[in-house]
Amino acid sequence: MPGLTTAGTMGLYIDFPLRASPRSHVSDDIHSSQEQASQRRSAWMAAAQDGDRQAYEKVLGDSVGLIRAVARRQGVAMDSLDDVVQETLLTVHRVRHTYDPARSYDAWLAAIAARRAIDHLRSHGRHGAREVHDEFALDMHPDVGDATTQTERAQEAARLRRAVAELPAGQREAVEQLGLKEQSLAEAAEQTGRNTGALKVNLHRALKTLRQRLNGDS
Amino acid sequence: MSELLPIDSLIKSLGAQATPVRRLLSPGRRTLGWTLVVVALAAYLMWRHGMGAMMQRWQLAPLVCCADVSAFVTCIAAGWAAFALSVPGRGKSWVWLPLPSLLIWMAASGWGCLRMLIAPDAQAVALPESADCLVFIVALSVPLSVLLVLMVRRACPLRPVQAAIMIGLASASASAALLGIFHPINSAASDLAMHVIAVLIVIGVNAAMGGRLLQPR
Repeated sequence: MPGLTTAGTMGLYIDFPLRASPRSHVSDDIHSSQEQASQRRSAWMAAAQDGDRQAYEKVLGDSVGLIRAVARRQGVAMDSLDDVVQETLLTVHRVRHTYDPARSYDAWLAAIAARRAIDHLRSHGRHGAREVHDEFALDMHPDVGDATTQTERAQEAARLRRAVAELPAGQREAVEQLGLKEQSLAEAAEQTGRNTGALKVNLHRALKTLRQRLNGDS
Repeated sequence: MSELLPIDSLIKSLGAQATPVRRLLSPGRRTLGWTLVVVALAAYLMWRHGMGAMMQRWQLAPLVCCADVSAFVTCIAAGWAAFALSVPGRGKSWVWLPLPSLLIWMAASGWGCLRMLIAPDAQAVALPESADCLVFIVALSVPLSVLLVLMVRRACPLRPVQAAIMIGLASASASAALLGIFHPINSAASDLAMHVIAVLIVIGVNAAMGGRLLQPR
């Protein structure tokens, strides 16, 4: 990434040396602040080795972003990043005596995080290889009868009933007659005493309102 | 009050266990400790067998001296590499550290053997005696490997198999160097073959066993 930035900067500003200066200052500033952050983490870890609880919590908290970046680079899925972070933090705790304060904390941590990410990918791969995925069986035996699905369906029906009940009278009438009772326009017009055009408009508005309530502001 | 996220909660929990720890010695200082162990064993063997036979062999065949010294250097370099590889963040290029001395050791032993074939002016060697060399190297390598495994496990070997190979090489080369102190014979093809087989056995067993023993916890 730094290489790309440097090349891009040189390419863009080669004809405009006066404009290159601020960009290079910005780059220097970023580099300098990263260096300071790295040194700060090294100092916190050195203090943590001496038993400083606050420094330890600070350095562990500050390490989370770095661990995530390393894990992502190793190819860990986004939803598994927290698992790798937790495993790495536990390893850091166990082997914190191996950190040499004279050396880079970030390099030390990145090596542990990379190892934990690889371990995670390996165990995940093994787990996936053991599981059998049979698409035919999945299609033939959908989860229709289990308790979770039934509960979800009951909840959805209740939400729909509430939403229909909250509709204005004309719209509710159109939904009940045309949608729920499945009557024709002529039958519904006869039942409600409204003309078919008004029923169509009310049904259209009712569906729009229901769509907003159930999907938009649910 | 909102509930803490699992990671924040873990950090708090680890923070509560922030007791002072004894820092691991640097790979250089641990290598010094390993070297002292080998030197102590060498001193014992010299006291037991005397240095006369070794000096006489070195005078007769300087290549044997070169092979013994490079075996000793290999044992130090491989030990250093094993200690460095067991510390997170150290480069994997440490694995090449013992290579130069290993090549010199093998070349000096091989050249001595070739000279024996061309001009066999030294004492000939029988296969049973060579087998004794194999037994000595393998037998002494076991406790030395155990010692190194214990020393390396105190760190966090993230590349356990590489570290185990270095341990095998360090212990086998140390045994071969110590054998040179009271070795009654000169270089010969069967002798060299036994040395190579012994070293390979020790490295192989370490790679197979040590990889598991040194797995990061």
